Amino acid sequence: MKRKSYYARKIKRAVHLLFYKRHKKPGVKGWELKKQLGADYPKVLNILDNFLEKLDLQIKTVFEVEKPAEKPTLEELNRARFYVTLRGGLAPKEAKLCGWRIDDIAGLAMSISYIISKKGRASREEVEELLRSKLPGWRVDLNMNRYIRSGYLAEDENKQLYLDWRTRAEVDQNVLVNLLLEAES
Amino acid sequence: MPSRKQKKKLGEERLQRIIDLCRSIEERGIDPFIVDVEDVIAVVQEYFPEWELPEEFCLDAEAIHQLASIIKLQSDWVRRRSTSLYTDPFLLEEKIRRTGKEEFANLFLKAWHPIVELEQISYHSLAEAIKYWQNLLPLSERWMKFVSLKKETGTVTREELIRQKILAEKVFSEDLERLWEELKQRVGEQGKVLYWDFIGADTYSETLKRAYMTSFLVTYGYATLEVHRLEEEMFLKPFEKSKSLLGEKQLVSIPVSVSFEEWIRWKESKRG
Repeated sequence: MKRKSYYARKIKRAVHLLFYKRHKKPGVKGWELKKQLGADYPKVLNILDNFLEKLDLQIKTVFEVEKPAEKPTLEELNRARFYVTLRGGLAPKEAKLCGWRIDDIAGLAMSISYIISKKGRASREEVEELLRSKLPGWRVDLNMNRYIRSGYLAEDENKQLYLDWRTRAEVDQNVLVNLLLEAES
Repeated sequence: MPSRKQKKKLGEERLQRIIDLCRSIEERGIDPFIVDVEDVIAVVQEYFPEWELPEEFCLDAEAIHQLASIIKLQSDWVRRRSTSLYTDPFLLEEKIRRTGKEEFANLFLKAWHPIVELEQISYHSLAEAIKYWQNLLPLSERWMKFVSLKKETGTVTREELIRQKILAEKVFSEDLERLWEELKQRVGEQGKVLYWDFIGADTYSETLKRAYMTSFLVTYGYATLEVHRLEEEMFLKPFEKSKSLLGEKQLVSIPVSVSFEEWIRWKESKRG
């Protein structure tokens, strides 16, 4: 019983930390969770994740470099960032409610896929040229700036685009590539 | 047989070329395998006994450092090919070009799991709010400023246009009424039209004129602007009867940029 109330308390605290934005970027670093929840925070997150499943939500772990091939160590988890994301996908109508037009989503999908096809880096000029072939030209620059501002893409001083933190947190790149390759077009 | 001095000069040039090549590969994302690592090592080894001065050793070290970066890029490339994410880039690119935008968006929605985040007031934002509140002028002063600013804008810009013979004073109100009628006809079932679709014209000067006249339509209560900030879109909605909002509530000024570049982009999108 004591043990049960211990975890119930920890889970509540974890919900507060994960749902409310406390920094400029959403999400919480592993070391912050460790500080607030104790060293067994991976277990707390695991219980919370099972609970969130019923609500179609999940706890997403984004590792600092790449996802480790084997079970991550506590050190790797401490350096990772944890977010609450949707577990399933959004229906087109729901996406519209979030303030995204079909053109915006298609543009983002194309930009991300193109950067993946170019091994994680592509020039902004190339990506914009690709988008212009599918979207109204005057929206391309606006959209590109929006993707960068939201953290989906990053741009360096040489006008090279990369996938940024939000893409790593929100987009299942493997699934996207596979779906694209399976598309009948 | 070249002299030692000539050989050193030749060696420096070759090392500098290697450094430049490696740097351009790293910066531009070119295929790292165009560098033959063994060849570069052979060049570095060949000239190493010639170096005596610290600057020469620095150049040698820089070449090795750049070569190490290229080897890292090559190893990343191999590692990437061996992961499950690897697919033929050409095939993927071809698919990207051939897939329609709606299909693309629907595919993406299946792989997209947006973050759930709630924003709330923090100590920092509370402190900012208090600071803002303390610096805020009394309402009476703000109203005075606002009214005078509004009058000034209306009068000065219009006179300027009259002076430039873009507008004739007598026909201004007629032009405004005509534009209002046009706006009412242009709106579809939704009762609104995209701002740029309404002000956009064949020439840039005509577009500017329409944007200018449209600003009066909104200011004088013939129409209103609907701004969708998230979607970065702006719509014009005409009123059936003109509503004077002056004095009723605090008006909001919305700056709209009608630059030549934006006009060009709009024209291109219309052509496309």
